[in-house]
Amino acid sequence: MAEAQNAPTLGSARAGGPPPAGSTTAGAIAVAAESTVATRMSAPPSFDVADFPVPHGREEEWRFTPLERLRGLHDGTAVATGGGLKVAVDAPEGVVVETVDRDDARLGRAGTPVDRIAAQAYSAFEKAGVITVPKETVLTEPIRVAVHGEGGTAFAHQVIELGAFAEAVVVIDHTGDAVLAANVDYVLGDGAKLTVVSVQDWDDKAVHVAQHNALVGRDATFKSVVVTFGGDLVRLHPRVAYAGTGGEAELFGLYFTDAGQHQEHRLLVDHNVPHCKSNVVYKGALQGEDAHAVWIGDVLIEAKAEGTDTYEMNRNLVLTDGARVDSVPNLEIETGEIVGAGHASATGRFDDEQLFYLMARGIPADEARRLVVRGFFAELVQQIGVDDIEERLIARIETELETVSGSGR
Amino acid sequence: MATLEIRDLHVTVEADNATKEILKGVDLTVKQGETHAIMGPNGSGKSTLAYSLAGHPKYTITGGTVLLDGEDVLEMSVDERARAGLFLAMQYPVEVPGVSVSNFLRTSATAIRGEAPKLRTWVKEVKEAMARLNMDPSFAERNVNEGFSGGEKKRHEILQLELLKPKVAILDETDSGLDVDALRIVSEGVNRVRETGEVGTLLITHYTRILRYIKPDFVHVFSGGRIVESGGAELADKLENEGYEAYTKGGVSA
Repeated sequence: MAEAQNAPTLGSARAGGPPPAGSTTAGAIAVAAESTVATRMSAPPSFDVADFPVPHGREEEWRFTPLERLRGLHDGTAVATGGGLKVAVDAPEGVVVETVDRDDARLGRAGTPVDRIAAQAYSAFEKAGVITVPKETVLTEPIRVAVHGEGGTAFAHQVIELGAFAEAVVVIDHTGDAVLAANVDYVLGDGAKLTVVSVQDWDDKAVHVAQHNALVGRDATFKSVVVTFGGDLVRLHPRVAYAGTGGEAELFGLYFTDAGQHQEHRLLVDHNVPHCKSNVVYKGALQGEDAHAVWIGDVLIEAKAEGTDTYEMNRNLVLTDGARVDSVPNLEIETGEIVGAGHASATGRFDDEQLFYLMARGIPADEARRLVVRGFFAELVQQIGVDDIEERLIARIETELETVSGSGR
Repeated sequence: MATLEIRDLHVTVEADNATKEILKGVDLTVKQGETHAIMGPNGSGKSTLAYSLAGHPKYTITGGTVLLDGEDVLEMSVDERARAGLFLAMQYPVEVPGVSVSNFLRTSATAIRGEAPKLRTWVKEVKEAMARLNMDPSFAERNVNEGFSGGEKKRHEILQLELLKPKVAILDETDSGLDVDALRIVSEGVNRVRETGEVGTLLITHYTRILRYIKPDFVHVFSGGRIVESGGAELADKLENEGYEAYTKGGVSA
């Protein structure tokens, strides 16, 4: 394992040991450095697509993304097909489900688009979905949002809002084939608890680019679980900011990147308020020729955010030759008055020595690989907390592994 | 009666863009119930012998035969060798993150025995075996070799030996890095397996210390990639007093 692990020492920046071939693992702690989360973007956040230049691929936020596979989402040539994407919401009693017009005041409050595709989505959607869990409503069953692509191109906006002290689990399940650009807002009232599981189980050709904005209220708890399996290109941008002190955010992610797939997760936790916590754990397995996973983990601790406690980690398990990982944790600290801040990134191969050890105990090669991958993901699968999604996930991991063992070692 | 027959084994390894011959004609027969100690200085090829028998891909067999009960071991994959009854207790067991000891042991036992052990008896079996090796029950929930001390790794290897009940056990420097207490516990584990009379043991070691706890029937001196002298337990005493000098300075030419 190549490990880049940094202690949050002010004024120091160092990268980890040499990464294995076919992957990069960089890490840095920036202290008042020139390259910051804000300066690395091509343009300031905006709801208007015209404020962003068309990317050419060398910009920091686009350099890992194969633009030619975005089906025009980035340059204005993608046109909504009107149909071809079905959204069905199944919500327990007490939840308000609405479809609203563009001018609804509840849209866009959790965050502003930070790149051209998010702004394109905001500029182009026609109707938005708003799901509201009224204050102090505690749900015992999850809200399910089924997003099913039938070959169309769509721009979407979804708001999920929890009133004060409300508690809910939301499962957003993406299946089928689509070209989709979207923004999803999560607005948590004071003391609210929201768990969102976003499953990207697309067919092979789908393209999905989305920005998730969470605004975490005072003493509220936000947990995001992102599960990405399918698609030709999936690029998600989960972002968290806090509206009051005492907020907590946990961002978990799990991806299984196959031959030819591009799966990119770019995270930002903005500690803009004192005494908040964040914990980020993303894990991915890769297999097959030209499987490409990108993980960017930005954590910003603003000068006023004293008492911040944050940790972020990305682990990748490369199962075959030909796969590529780019993992870039980045911690930006503007105050030293914090409880803790750290990050770690490691990309390991399921290596010959592990395989030898397990086989020397009688375990056949394909079963040894299953054992290791299941173990690798186990702690994250347990975090989901929705039984049928956990079961589907485990089954999906098994299917993915059959493809690789079938192709031999 | 199970027998491991090694005949004229030659093994090379690729290092620094060159092919180097490490084993230069090893002959050895280990029968069920027997304990053979292989002793030799560093770099003599002892560990290469162990890993070659287990089938590590780093080593290339260039000549000779290895038969287990007449079956050609060299034709078998690593897992097939284990299922045929070969066990290698490793000097440096690797970490397998994410895989718990209990899951690993059960998967391994299922593979070796050909069917999943009955859960109730299996739990008891593991618990008792761990207790005999002074291993805390919480050990079973830790990940394989992750954060284990040197002594814990070796006890974990011997735990597997006790549970998997091989026909031939190769112990590669199981004694290295152990303090006296750990050495005693590990040796007692090996002796329990030996006392069943059902295992042939190949004990590879640099030091004579472990032979105070595990009494070998045969002692072989390994030097320059082959066995240069064989004898009974008394040969170990000679090595204890005189060291390997006589074998490394060209005192013996085999």
